[in-house]
Amino acid sequence: MYRGVSRLARKFRAINARYHRPQIGMSPAVRVSLMVLRVYLLLLVALMLYKFVSLLGS
Amino acid sequence: MNIFAKLYYRLRKAAKAVQLYLVIAGPGIVVMVADNDAGGITTYAATGAKYGYNLIWFLLLLIPVAYYVQEMTVRLGAVTKRGHAEAIFTGFGAFWGWFSLIDLMILDWLTLVTEFIGMTSALEIFGIPAWLTYVAVVLLLGTIVLNGRYWTWEKIALLFCALNLVYIPGAFMVHPSVQDIVRQGLVPNFAGGFDGQLFFFLMANIGTTIAPWMLFFQQSAVVDKGLLEKDIPWGKFDTWLGSVLTVVVAVFIVVVTGTVLRGVDIDSAAQASAQLQETHHWVGTFMAIGLFDAGLLGAICISLASSWAFGEIFGWAHSLNTNIKEAPWFYASYFLALVSAGAVVLIPGAPLVLITLFVQVIAVTLLPAALVFLILLLNDRQNMGDYANTPLQNAIGGTIVLLIIILSTLYGVSVLFPNLFG
Repeated sequence: MYRGVSRLARKFRAINARYHRPQIGMSPAVRVSLMVLRVYLLLLVALMLYKFVSLLGS
Repeated sequence: MNIFAKLYYRLRKAAKAVQLYLVIAGPGIVVMVADNDAGGITTYAATGAKYGYNLIWFLLLLIPVAYYVQEMTVRLGAVTKRGHAEAIFTGFGAFWGWFSLIDLMILDWLTLVTEFIGMTSALEIFGIPAWLTYVAVVLLLGTIVLNGRYWTWEKIALLFCALNLVYIPGAFMVHPSVQDIVRQGLVPNFAGGFDGQLFFFLMANIGTTIAPWMLFFQQSAVVDKGLLEKDIPWGKFDTWLGSVLTVVVAVFIVVVTGTVLRGVDIDSAAQASAQLQETHHWVGTFMAIGLFDAGLLGAICISLASSWAFGEIFGWAHSLNTNIKEAPWFYASYFLALVSAGAVVLIPGAPLVLITLFVQVIAVTLLPAALVFLILLLNDRQNMGDYANTPLQNAIGGTIVLLIIILSTLYGVSVLFPNLFG
């Protein structure tokens, strides 16, 4: 079991290392797009949390 | 003589072109027809019952929308030889890669549950118990993928796509008024005024036309099939044909329910089928068969989309051209998704309605991200070379993507807060 988990963790570390550096050219347009995407997703998660909490409250 | 020689030459050329297309045909048609999955059929049936023929023009507008988004995956797959998951990991790094992969895994699994809901409810109309449908579907889908050849899998999938056309004879059998279809359906209008409910239906129809799994599926299928840059024009044609086909099927469903069930509140396609059977036995039967086929096609593609994505990232062998010994993890993830998602439907009292709603909300978190990544990747001239987006393609694709993001977000929000839009 422990061996399986540690092998999986090694696999995840290897994947993270392999894709550590984004290969796409980080032009201003790409940076802005990714920033907007982050904000959008954070807002969406906030909305879902609000809904979840209000459902619990009711 | 010269005329005959020229005619013969042109015929030979056309025959060769058709032959070539038949070799390349597949990913575009399969992904587009599978897009008319169990949830999609319910949306179209409900749209027809609620608004009659009045929204047919809107469905026709979705042909270019679906085409322009999906053709980008053809170019990306054929040029980079990477699936969409791997393209995101490589292009944007591990953070966005994991976000997309985990989101895709959850969304695909939940969507698979909805496909099983559609399939079991369709066959229950014929008295077949849910457990039997579940076992038969898992065995059937297992047999289809375990033959060890992409080509065979694709041709079987195309056969199921052909079965999706069952709605067309159904529409003729209810004898709709062609004049009414043309007058009400082809002229843009909002029957009864533009209110919150109409807005919800418009967004639901867009939501069923473009789903995140479609981007991942088609790009991986293009790679697995081995399409090259020179095949891109045919791949685009395949996608165009598929997008026309999927909307044509949707229009015929709307015609059926718009003619027979106008004014009836439709909660599911199975309910529509049962109600149709009361007055038009064979039309209802065709609707139920089509619903089962839609769920089956959806299940075939969605489970593969996840398995391909996992294979790409974890470095497993992940091709349908491999057998189970060569790619055990690829097939294990495929079966795990199928077996577990199907089993949920068999649990008494499982929150199936909640799952169906949750699918729409989760899709909103993945779809915008996947679409933004797609546009950015298609603008990466270093990797895409001559196949990168042109300014015109960016203008068309960018506008469509922006509209889809706005509308799908509003749809997701309206699912979370049903009273928001009145």
